[in-house]
Amino acid sequence: MTDAKPFVEIRQARKCYGDLEVLKNISLKVNKGQIIAIIGPSGSGKSTLLRAINDLDPLTDGEVWLEDTQVNKKLPHKQYENHINKVRQNIGMVFQHFNLFPHLSVRENITLAPKMLKGISDAEADRLAEEQLEHVGLSDRIDYYPSQLSGGQKQRVAIARALAMQPKVMLFDEATSALDPELVEEVNLVMKRLAEEHMTMIIVTHEMAFAESVADRILFMDGGVVVEEGPPEQLFRAPKHERTKEFLAKHLRANALAPA
Amino acid sequence: MGLDLTVVPPFAGLILQGALWTIAITASAGVLSFFGGIGFAICALYAPAIIRYPIKAFAWLFMTTPLLLQLFLIYFGLVQIGIDIPAFFAGMIGLGLHFAVYNSDIIQTGILAIDKGQHEAGRTLGLSRGQTLRKIVIPQAVRDVVPPIGNNMIALLKDSALVSVIGVVELVHASQLAISETFRPFEFYLAAAACYYVVNLLLEFTLHRIERRIALTR
Ligand SMILES: Nc1ncnc2c1ncn2[C@@H]1O[C@H](COP(=O)(O)OP(=O)(O)OP(=O)(O)O)[C@@H](O)[C@H]1O
Ligand SMILES: [Mg+2]
Repeated sequence: MTDAKPFVEIRQARKCYGDLEVLKNISLKVNKGQIIAIIGPSGSGKSTLLRAINDLDPLTDGEVWLEDTQVNKKLPHKQYENHINKVRQNIGMVFQHFNLFPHLSVRENITLAPKMLKGISDAEADRLAEEQLEHVGLSDRIDYYPSQLSGGQKQRVAIARALAMQPKVMLFDEATSALDPELVEEVNLVMKRLAEEHMTMIIVTHEMAFAESVADRILFMDGGVVVEEGPPEQLFRAPKHERTKEFLAKHLRANALAPA
Repeated sequence: MGLDLTVVPPFAGLILQGALWTIAITASAGVLSFFGGIGFAICALYAPAIIRYPIKAFAWLFMTTPLLLQLFLIYFGLVQIGIDIPAFFAGMIGLGLHFAVYNSDIIQTGILAIDKGQHEAGRTLGLSRGQTLRKIVIPQAVRDVVPPIGNNMIALLKDSALVSVIGVVELVHASQLAISETFRPFEFYLAAAACYYVVNLLLEFTLHRIERRIALTR
Protein backbone atom coordinates (compact mmCIF):
# COMPACT_ATOMS: atom_id res chain seq x y z
CA MET A 1 0.00 0.00 0.00
CA THR A 2 2.92 2.33 0.63
CA ASP A 3 3.44 3.23 -3.00
CA ALA A 4 -0.25 3.86 -3.68
CA LYS A 5 -1.26 7.36 -4.63
CA PRO A 6 -2.66 9.04 -1.52
CA PHE A 7 -6.41 9.40 -1.41
CA VAL A 8 -6.41 12.23 1.08
CA GLU A 9 -3.34 14.34 1.48
CA ILE A 10 -2.48 17.25 3.71
CA ARG A 11 0.62 19.19 2.75
CA GLN A 12 2.38 21.42 5.24
CA ALA A 13 -0.74 22.54 7.01
CA ARG A 14 -0.45 25.58 9.21
CA LYS A 15 -3.28 27.15 11.12
CA CYS A 16 -3.13 30.28 13.22
CA TYR A 17 -5.68 31.97 15.40
CA GLY A 18 -4.13 35.40 15.70
CA ASP A 19 -0.72 34.81 17.26
CA LEU A 20 -1.60 31.30 18.32
CA GLU A 21 -0.27 28.67 15.94
CA VAL A 22 -2.45 25.61 16.49
CA LEU A 23 -1.21 23.53 13.54
CA LYS A 24 2.48 23.70 12.81
CA ASN A 25 3.42 22.34 9.43
CA ILE A 26 1.54 19.06 9.44
CA SER A 27 1.64 16.68 6.49
CA LEU A 28 -0.42 13.56 6.20
CA LYS A 29 -1.16 10.98 3.53
CA VAL A 30 -4.08 8.62 3.71
CA ASN A 31 -4.55 5.85 1.19
CA LYS A 32 -7.85 4.61 -0.10
CA GLY A 33 -9.49 2.34 2.44
CA GLN A 34 -7.06 3.28 5.18
CA ILE A 35 -8.19 4.10 8.67
CA ILE A 36 -6.30 6.72 10.59
CA ALA A 37 -6.90 7.48 14.24
CA ILE A 38 -5.72 10.78 15.69
CA ILE A 39 -5.10 10.90 19.41
CA GLY A 40 -3.60 13.52 21.67
CA PRO A 41 -4.30 15.78 24.62
CA SER A 42 -7.03 18.40 24.63
CA GLY A 43 -6.13 21.49 22.63
CA SER A 44 -3.46 19.71 20.59
CA GLY A 45 -5.19 20.59 17.32
CA LYS A 46 -6.92 17.31 16.44
CA SER A 47 -10.27 18.85 15.60
CA THR A 48 -8.66 21.73 13.79
CA LEU A 49 -6.75 19.32 11.56
CA LEU A 50 -9.82 17.19 10.90
CA ARG A 51 -11.97 20.22 10.14
CA ALA A 52 -9.33 21.53 7.75
CA ILE A 53 -9.92 18.48 5.57
CA ASN A 54 -13.37 19.67 4.51
CA ASP A 55 -12.36 23.30 4.96
CA LEU A 56 -14.73 23.89 7.86
CA ASP A 57 -11.74 25.52 9.56
CA PRO A 58 -9.70 26.85 6.63
CA LEU A 59 -5.94 26.48 6.87
CA THR A 60 -3.72 29.53 7.10
CA ASP A 61 -1.16 27.80 4.89
CA GLY A 62 -0.83 24.48 3.19
CA GLU A 63 -2.91 22.30 0.93
CA VAL A 64 -5.58 19.67 1.32
CA TRP A 65 -6.15 17.21 -1.49
CA LEU A 66 -8.86 14.64 -2.06
CA GLU A 67 -7.77 12.44 -4.95
CA ASP A 68 -7.05 14.84 -7.80
CA THR A 69 -8.90 17.79 -6.35
CA GLN A 70 -7.41 20.43 -4.14
CA VAL A 71 -10.03 21.01 -1.48
CA ASN A 72 -8.80 24.42 -0.36
CA LYS A 73 -7.78 25.87 -3.69
CA LYS A 74 -7.77 29.62 -4.05
CA LEU A 75 -10.75 30.80 -6.05
CA PRO A 76 -12.92 33.92 -6.16
CA HIS A 77 -15.60 33.72 -3.49
CA LYS A 78 -18.54 32.59 -5.64
CA GLN A 79 -16.56 29.98 -7.53
CA TYR A 80 -15.02 28.78 -4.31
CA GLU A 81 -18.45 28.26 -2.74
CA ASN A 82 -19.54 26.14 -5.69
CA HIS A 83 -16.31 24.20 -5.59
CA ILE A 84 -16.33 23.51 -1.86
CA ASN A 85 -19.99 22.51 -1.82
CA LYS A 86 -19.22 19.88 -4.44
CA VAL A 87 -16.11 18.68 -2.64
CA ARG A 88 -17.92 18.40 0.67
CA GLN A 89 -20.45 16.03 -0.84
CA ASN A 90 -17.58 13.55 -0.97
CA ILE A 91 -16.46 14.06 2.61
CA GLY A 92 -18.75 12.79 5.32
CA MET A 93 -18.37 14.22 8.80
CA VAL A 94 -19.65 13.06 12.15
CA PHE A 95 -19.60 15.42 15.11
CA GLN A 96 -19.27 14.89 18.82
CA HIS A 97 -22.70 16.39 19.44
CA PHE A 98 -24.42 14.66 16.49
CA ASN A 99 -25.89 17.87 15.08
CA LEU A 100 -28.98 16.14 13.81
CA PHE A 101 -31.66 18.48 12.51
CA PRO A 102 -34.23 18.45 15.32
CA HIS A 103 -37.07 19.78 13.17
CA LEU A 104 -36.77 16.91 10.71
CA SER A 105 -37.63 13.25 11.11
CA VAL A 106 -34.90 10.63 10.90
CA ARG A 107 -35.93 9.97 7.30
CA GLU A 108 -35.77 13.66 6.43
CA ASN A 109 -32.44 14.10 8.18
CA ILE A 110 -31.00 11.45 5.91
CA THR A 111 -32.69 12.47 2.66
CA LEU A 112 -32.49 16.27 2.88
CA ALA A 113 -29.06 16.68 1.31
CA PRO A 114 -29.34 13.89 -1.29
CA LYS A 115 -32.69 15.29 -2.41
CA MET A 116 -31.44 18.84 -2.66
CA LEU A 117 -28.05 18.13 -4.12
CA LYS A 118 -28.53 15.04 -6.19
CA GLY A 119 -32.07 15.62 -7.32
CA ILE A 120 -33.24 12.13 -6.49
CA SER A 121 -36.95 11.32 -6.45
CA ASP A 122 -38.98 10.86 -3.27
CA ALA A 123 -39.12 7.12 -3.87
CA GLU A 124 -35.37 6.87 -4.34
CA ALA A 125 -34.83 9.01 -1.28
CA ASP A 126 -37.04 6.73 0.79
CA ARG A 127 -35.14 3.71 -0.41
CA LEU A 128 -31.88 5.46 0.44
CA ALA A 129 -33.07 6.27 3.96
CA GLU A 130 -34.23 2.70 4.53
CA GLU A 131 -30.97 1.31 3.23
CA GLN A 132 -28.82 3.57 5.36
CA LEU A 133 -30.88 3.00 8.48
CA GLU A 134 -30.66 -0.74 8.04
CA HIS A 135 -26.92 -0.30 7.83
CA VAL A 136 -26.83 1.33 11.27
CA GLY A 137 -29.53 -0.94 12.71
CA LEU A 138 -32.28 1.65 13.11
CA SER A 139 -34.84 0.67 10.49
CA ASP A 140 -37.64 0.89 13.02
CA ARG A 141 -36.87 4.53 13.86
CA ILE A 142 -37.33 6.00 10.39
CA ASP A 143 -40.27 8.21 11.34
CA TYR A 144 -39.00 9.26 14.74
CA TYR A 145 -37.71 12.71 15.54
CA PRO A 146 -34.22 13.21 16.99
CA SER A 147 -35.71 14.23 20.34
CA GLN A 148 -37.15 10.72 20.61
CA LEU A 149 -33.79 8.96 20.20
CA SER A 150 -31.04 8.03 22.64
CA GLY A 151 -27.59 9.54 22.17
CA GLY A 152 -26.25 6.38 20.58
CA GLN A 153 -29.18 6.22 18.20
CA LYS A 154 -28.71 9.89 17.31
CA GLN A 155 -25.10 9.30 16.44
CA ARG A 156 -25.96 6.30 14.32
CA VAL A 157 -28.51 8.39 12.43
CA ALA A 158 -25.84 11.07 11.98
CA ILE A 159 -23.55 8.43 10.49
CA ALA A 160 -26.36 7.23 8.22
CA ARG A 161 -27.00 10.82 7.16
CA ALA A 162 -23.36 11.28 6.20
CA LEU A 163 -23.22 7.93 4.39
CA ALA A 164 -26.33 8.75 2.37
CA MET A 165 -24.24 11.20 0.36
CA GLN A 166 -21.98 8.29 -0.59
CA PRO A 167 -18.83 10.02 0.57
CA LYS A 168 -15.35 8.88 -0.39
CA VAL A 169 -13.99 9.52 3.06
CA MET A 170 -15.52 9.81 6.52
CA LEU A 171 -14.28 12.12 9.26
CA PHE A 172 -15.19 11.44 12.88
CA ASP A 173 -14.55 14.02 15.59
CA GLU A 174 -14.92 12.24 18.91
CA ALA A 175 -18.09 10.54 17.79
CA THR A 176 -18.60 8.80 21.13
CA SER A 177 -17.34 11.40 23.62
CA ALA A 178 -20.77 12.83 24.36
CA LEU A 179 -22.34 9.43 24.93
CA ASP A 180 -23.15 7.61 28.13
CA PRO A 181 -20.65 4.77 28.50
CA GLU A 182 -23.22 2.09 27.82
CA LEU A 183 -24.07 3.66 24.45
CA VAL A 184 -20.52 3.89 23.14
CA GLU A 185 -20.32 0.32 21.92
CA GLU A 186 -23.25 0.52 19.49
CA VAL A 187 -21.63 3.47 17.72
CA ASN A 188 -18.21 1.81 17.73
CA LEU A 189 -19.77 -1.26 16.16
CA VAL A 190 -21.17 0.80 13.30
CA MET A 191 -17.76 2.38 12.75
CA LYS A 192 -16.11 -1.04 12.80
CA ARG A 193 -18.59 -2.25 10.20
CA LEU A 194 -17.61 0.67 8.01
CA ALA A 195 -13.97 -0.20 8.51
CA GLU A 196 -14.64 -3.74 7.35
CA GLU A 197 -16.28 -2.32 4.25
CA HIS A 198 -13.03 -0.45 3.54
CA MET A 199 -14.38 3.04 3.99
CA THR A 200 -11.52 5.52 4.19
CA MET A 201 -11.79 7.04 7.64
CA ILE A 202 -10.03 9.61 9.75
CA ILE A 203 -11.05 9.29 13.35
CA VAL A 204 -10.29 11.67 16.18
CA THR A 205 -10.81 9.76 19.40
CA HIS A 206 -10.04 9.57 23.10
CA GLU A 207 -10.69 5.86 23.16
CA MET A 208 -7.35 4.15 22.86
CA ALA A 209 -8.73 0.63 22.81
CA PHE A 210 -11.05 1.48 19.96
CA ALA A 211 -8.29 3.26 18.05
CA GLU A 212 -6.07 0.26 18.47
CA SER A 213 -8.70 -2.18 17.28
CA VAL A 214 -9.86 -0.28 14.22
CA ALA A 215 -7.04 1.88 12.88
CA ASP A 216 -4.29 1.00 10.44
CA ARG A 217 -2.24 3.92 11.66
CA ILE A 218 -2.27 6.11 14.75
CA LEU A 219 -1.21 9.75 14.83
CA PHE A 220 -0.28 11.22 18.16
CA MET A 221 -0.61 15.00 18.16
CA ASP A 222 0.56 17.46 20.76
CA GLY A 223 0.95 21.23 20.58
CA GLY A 224 -0.02 21.45 16.92
CA VAL A 225 2.46 18.87 15.62
CA VAL A 226 2.31 15.17 14.90
CA VAL A 227 4.72 13.94 17.53
CA GLU A 228 4.67 10.34 16.50
CA GLU A 229 2.82 8.07 14.13
CA GLY A 230 2.78 4.40 13.33
CA PRO A 231 0.76 1.23 13.33
CA PRO A 232 -1.23 0.75 16.54
CA GLU A 233 0.85 -2.12 17.91
CA GLN A 234 3.98 0.01 17.62
CA LEU A 235 2.53 3.28 18.88
CA PHE A 236 0.69 1.78 21.82
CA ARG A 237 3.15 -0.99 22.77
CA ALA A 238 6.43 0.68 21.98
CA PRO A 239 6.09 4.46 21.74
CA LYS A 240 9.35 6.18 20.91
CA HIS A 241 8.72 9.69 22.16
CA GLU A 242 8.63 10.79 25.74
CA ARG A 243 5.42 12.83 25.21
CA THR A 244 3.65 9.86 23.68
CA LYS A 245 4.66 7.68 26.62
CA GLU A 246 3.45 10.28 29.11
CA PHE A 247 0.15 10.72 27.31
CA LEU A 248 -0.49 6.99 27.10
CA ALA A 249 0.50 6.46 30.71
CA LYS A 250 -1.88 9.17 31.82
CA HIS A 251 -4.63 7.58 29.79
CA LEU A 252 -3.98 4.13 31.14
CA ARG A 253 -3.99 5.49 34.66
CA ALA A 254 -7.23 7.37 34.05
CA ASN A 255 -8.81 4.23 32.66
CA ALA A 256 -7.53 2.12 35.55
CA LEU A 257 -9.03 4.58 38.01
CA ALA A 258 -12.34 4.78 36.21
CA PRO A 259 -15.06 2.85 38.00
CA ALA A 260 -15.73 -0.44 36.28
CA MET B 1 -80.96 54.95 30.04
CA GLY B 2 -79.29 52.00 31.85
CA LEU B 3 -77.96 48.96 30.10
CA ASP B 4 -80.33 47.33 27.63
CA LEU B 5 -78.70 44.56 25.60
CA THR B 6 -81.85 43.92 23.61
CA VAL B 7 -80.81 46.77 21.32
CA VAL B 8 -77.97 44.61 19.96
CA PRO B 9 -79.66 41.67 18.18
CA PRO B 10 -81.16 43.77 15.36
CA PHE B 11 -77.60 44.79 14.47
CA ALA B 12 -76.12 41.33 14.93
CA GLY B 13 -75.56 41.00 11.19
CA LEU B 14 -73.58 44.24 11.05
CA ILE B 15 -71.51 43.35 14.11
CA LEU B 16 -70.83 39.88 12.80
CA GLN B 17 -69.73 41.30 9.49
CA GLY B 18 -67.43 43.64 11.41
CA ALA B 19 -66.02 40.65 13.26
CA LEU B 20 -65.37 38.87 9.98
CA TRP B 21 -63.48 41.87 8.63
CA THR B 22 -61.48 42.00 11.85
CA ILE B 23 -60.60 38.35 11.37
CA ALA B 24 -59.81 38.91 7.69
CA ILE B 25 -57.50 41.83 8.30
CA THR B 26 -55.83 40.17 11.29
CA ALA B 27 -55.23 36.98 9.34
CA SER B 28 -53.90 38.67 6.21
CA ALA B 29 -51.78 41.19 8.11
CA GLY B 30 -50.64 38.35 10.38
CA VAL B 31 -49.42 36.32 7.42
CA LEU B 32 -47.72 39.39 5.97
CA SER B 33 -46.09 40.20 9.30
CA PHE B 34 -44.84 36.63 9.65
CA PHE B 35 -43.25 36.25 6.23
CA GLY B 36 -42.26 39.91 6.15
CA GLY B 37 -40.61 39.37 9.54
CA ILE B 38 -38.63 36.44 8.18
CA GLY B 39 -37.64 38.47 5.13
CA PHE B 40 -36.55 41.48 7.19
CA ALA B 41 -34.65 39.24 9.57
CA ILE B 42 -32.72 37.57 6.75
CA CYS B 43 -31.92 40.93 5.17
CA ALA B 44 -30.89 42.45 8.48
CA LEU B 45 -28.54 39.56 9.19
CA TYR B 46 -27.21 38.47 5.83
CA ALA B 47 -27.93 40.94 3.04
CA PRO B 48 -25.14 43.09 1.63
CA ALA B 49 -24.88 46.55 3.15
CA ILE B 50 -26.69 48.31 0.30
CA ILE B 51 -29.81 46.29 1.02
CA ARG B 52 -29.30 45.86 4.73
CA TYR B 53 -29.08 49.51 5.72
CA PRO B 54 -32.11 50.79 3.82
CA ILE B 55 -34.12 47.89 5.29
CA LYS B 56 -32.88 48.70 8.76
CA ALA B 57 -33.73 52.38 8.32
CA PHE B 58 -37.17 51.44 7.09
CA ALA B 59 -37.69 49.11 10.04
CA TRP B 60 -36.53 51.79 12.42
CA LEU B 61 -39.09 54.17 10.92
CA PHE B 62 -41.86 51.67 11.54
CA MET B 63 -40.69 51.11 15.10
CA THR B 64 -40.46 54.74 16.11
CA THR B 65 -43.67 56.16 14.68
CA PRO B 66 -47.28 55.46 15.71
CA LEU B 67 -49.15 52.79 13.79
CA LEU B 68 -52.03 55.24 13.41
CA LEU B 69 -49.77 57.68 11.59
CA GLN B 70 -48.46 54.90 9.38
CA LEU B 71 -51.99 53.98 8.38
CA PHE B 72 -52.76 57.61 7.55
CA LEU B 73 -49.59 57.86 5.49
CA ILE B 74 -50.33 54.72 3.51
CA TYR B 75 -54.00 55.45 2.94
CA PHE B 76 -54.25 59.25 2.71
CA GLY B 77 -50.62 60.13 1.98
CA LEU B 78 -49.75 57.83 -0.89
CA VAL B 79 -52.81 58.89 -2.92
CA GLN B 80 -51.15 62.24 -3.36
CA ILE B 81 -48.32 60.65 -5.31
CA GLY B 82 -50.74 58.54 -7.30
CA ILE B 83 -50.67 55.36 -5.24
CA ASP B 84 -54.29 54.65 -4.41
CA ILE B 85 -54.62 51.60 -2.21
CA PRO B 86 -58.09 50.40 -1.13
CA ALA B 87 -58.68 50.82 2.60
CA PHE B 88 -58.56 47.12 3.43
CA PHE B 89 -55.23 46.61 1.69
CA ALA B 90 -53.81 49.83 3.10
CA GLY B 91 -54.75 48.56 6.55
CA MET B 92 -53.33 45.14 5.85
CA ILE B 93 -50.05 46.59 4.60
CA GLY B 94 -49.74 49.04 7.49
CA LEU B 95 -50.51 46.50 10.18
CA GLY B 96 -48.53 43.79 8.41
CA LEU B 97 -45.36 45.82 7.98
CA HIS B 98 -45.59 47.32 11.44
CA PHE B 99 -45.71 43.91 13.06
CA ALA B 100 -43.24 42.45 10.57
CA VAL B 101 -40.68 44.79 12.07
CA TYR B 102 -41.38 43.50 15.57
CA ASN B 103 -41.41 39.89 14.37
CA SER B 104 -38.14 40.46 12.56
CA ASP B 105 -36.41 41.36 15.81
CA ILE B 106 -37.68 38.21 17.45
CA ILE B 107 -36.77 36.02 14.46
CA GLN B 108 -33.28 37.50 14.25
CA THR B 109 -32.69 36.57 17.86
CA GLY B 110 -34.03 33.10 17.09
CA ILE B 111 -31.72 32.67 14.10
CA LEU B 112 -28.68 33.79 16.05
CA ALA B 113 -29.54 31.38 18.84
CA ILE B 114 -29.36 28.32 16.57
CA ASP B 115 -26.34 26.24 17.42
CA LYS B 116 -23.29 26.66 15.19
CA GLY B 117 -23.28 22.89 14.79
CA GLN B 118 -26.49 23.09 12.76
CA HIS B 119 -24.85 25.38 10.21
CA GLU B 120 -21.80 23.13 10.17
CA ALA B 121 -23.84 19.98 9.68
CA GLY B 122 -25.58 21.52 6.69
CA ARG B 123 -22.42 22.88 5.11
CA THR B 124 -20.60 19.61 5.68
CA LEU B 125 -23.21 17.74 3.67
CA GLY B 126 -22.50 20.11 0.79
CA LEU B 127 -25.43 22.49 1.19
CA SER B 128 -24.74 26.12 0.39
CA ARG B 129 -25.08 28.85 2.98
CA GLY B 130 -28.47 29.82 1.55
CA GLN B 131 -29.72 26.25 1.46
CA THR B 132 -28.56 25.70 5.03
CA LEU B 133 -30.38 28.81 6.19
CA ARG B 134 -33.55 27.99 4.29
CA LYS B 135 -33.88 24.32 5.14
CA ILE B 136 -32.14 24.01 8.49
CA VAL B 137 -31.61 27.22 10.41
CA ILE B 138 -34.68 29.34 9.70
CA PRO B 139 -37.28 26.58 10.16
CA GLN B 140 -35.78 25.87 13.56
CA ALA B 141 -35.49 29.52 14.51
CA VAL B 142 -39.13 30.12 13.61
CA ARG B 143 -40.25 27.12 15.68
CA ASP B 144 -38.28 28.43 18.63
CA VAL B 145 -39.96 31.84 18.54
CA VAL B 146 -43.56 30.74 18.11
CA PRO B 147 -44.59 31.94 21.61
CA PRO B 148 -43.36 35.56 21.25
CA ILE B 149 -44.59 35.73 17.65
CA GLY B 150 -47.93 34.49 18.96
CA ASN B 151 -48.00 37.38 21.43
CA ASN B 152 -47.45 39.76 18.55
CA MET B 153 -50.35 38.19 16.69
CA ILE B 154 -52.60 38.86 19.68
CA ALA B 155 -51.38 42.46 19.78
CA LEU B 156 -52.03 42.68 16.05
CA LEU B 157 -55.59 41.50 16.52
CA LYS B 158 -56.22 44.26 19.03
CA ASP B 159 -54.46 46.93 16.99
CA SER B 160 -56.50 45.99 13.96
CA ALA B 161 -59.16 48.28 15.48
CA LEU B 162 -57.05 51.19 14.24
CA VAL B 163 -57.95 50.50 10.62
CA SER B 164 -61.45 51.72 11.47
CA VAL B 165 -60.06 55.24 11.05
CA ILE B 166 -59.28 54.69 7.38
CA GLY B 167 -62.76 53.38 6.76
CA VAL B 168 -62.54 49.61 7.07
CA VAL B 169 -65.79 48.47 8.65
CA GLU B 170 -64.24 46.08 11.14
CA LEU B 171 -65.61 45.47 14.62
CA VAL B 172 -65.08 48.92 16.11
CA HIS B 173 -66.27 50.71 13.02
CA ALA B 174 -69.31 48.44 12.75
CA SER B 175 -70.28 49.12 16.35
CA GLN B 176 -69.88 52.84 15.74
CA LEU B 177 -72.28 52.59 12.82
CA ALA B 178 -74.77 50.84 15.06
CA ILE B 179 -74.26 53.46 17.74
CA SER B 180 -74.88 56.31 15.34
CA GLU B 181 -78.30 54.85 14.65
CA THR B 182 -79.23 53.83 18.18
CA PHE B 183 -77.22 56.16 20.43
CA ARG B 184 -76.36 53.13 22.62
CA PRO B 185 -72.53 53.22 22.87
CA PHE B 186 -72.34 51.09 26.01
CA GLU B 187 -74.20 48.12 24.54
CA PHE B 188 -72.44 48.09 21.20
CA TYR B 189 -68.95 48.64 22.55
CA LEU B 190 -69.63 45.79 24.99
CA ALA B 191 -70.78 43.66 22.07
CA ALA B 192 -67.58 44.51 20.18
CA ALA B 193 -65.51 43.68 23.26
CA ALA B 194 -67.25 40.32 23.53
CA CYS B 195 -66.44 39.61 19.89
CA TYR B 196 -62.75 40.47 20.40
CA TYR B 197 -62.74 38.15 23.36
CA VAL B 198 -64.07 35.27 21.29
CA VAL B 199 -61.72 35.91 18.37
CA ASN B 200 -58.85 36.09 20.84
CA LEU B 201 -59.81 32.72 22.27
CA LEU B 202 -59.81 31.26 18.77
CA LEU B 203 -56.41 32.74 18.08
CA GLU B 204 -54.94 31.47 21.32
CA PHE B 205 -56.39 28.05 20.70
CA THR B 206 -54.75 27.97 17.27
CA LEU B 207 -51.41 29.13 18.67
CA HIS B 208 -51.60 26.50 21.34
CA ARG B 209 -52.25 23.83 18.73
CA ILE B 210 -49.24 25.00 16.74
CA GLU B 211 -47.03 24.92 19.82
CA ARG B 212 -48.12 21.39 20.59
CA ARG B 213 -47.58 20.29 17.02
CA ILE B 214 -43.98 21.50 16.99
CA ALA B 215 -43.06 20.40 20.51
CA LEU B 216 -41.71 17.12 19.19
CA THR B 217 -39.57 18.77 16.57
CA ARG B 218 -37.48 21.01 18.80
N1 LIG C 1 -12.05 29.65 16.88
C1 LIG C 1 -10.91 29.61 17.61
N2 LIG C 1 -10.31 30.76 17.99
C2 LIG C 1 -9.17 30.72 18.71
N3 LIG C 1 -8.55 29.59 19.10
C3 LIG C 1 -9.09 28.43 18.76
C4 LIG C 1 -10.30 28.37 17.99
N4 LIG C 1 -10.60 27.08 17.79
C5 LIG C 1 -9.63 26.36 18.40
N5 LIG C 1 -8.73 27.16 18.99
C6 LIG C 1 -7.54 26.73 19.71
O1 LIG C 1 -6.81 25.87 18.88
C7 LIG C 1 -6.20 24.84 19.65
C8 LIG C 1 -6.55 23.49 19.08
O2 LIG C 1 -7.94 23.26 19.23
P1 LIG C 1 -8.64 21.92 18.80
O3 LIG C 1 -10.08 22.09 19.01
O4 LIG C 1 -8.18 21.55 17.44
O5 LIG C 1 -8.05 20.89 19.84
P2 LIG C 1 -8.41 19.37 20.05
O6 LIG C 1 -7.14 18.61 19.95
O7 LIG C 1 -9.50 18.96 19.14
O8 LIG C 1 -8.89 19.35 21.56
P3 LIG C 1 -10.07 18.51 22.26
O9 LIG C 1 -9.50 17.16 22.53
O10 LIG C 1 -10.34 19.25 23.50
O11 LIG C 1 -11.23 18.49 21.32
C9 LIG C 1 -6.67 25.04 21.08
O12 LIG C 1 -5.65 25.68 21.78
C10 LIG C 1 -7.87 25.93 20.94
O13 LIG C 1 -8.00 26.75 22.07
MG1 LIG D 1 -11.55 18.45 19.42
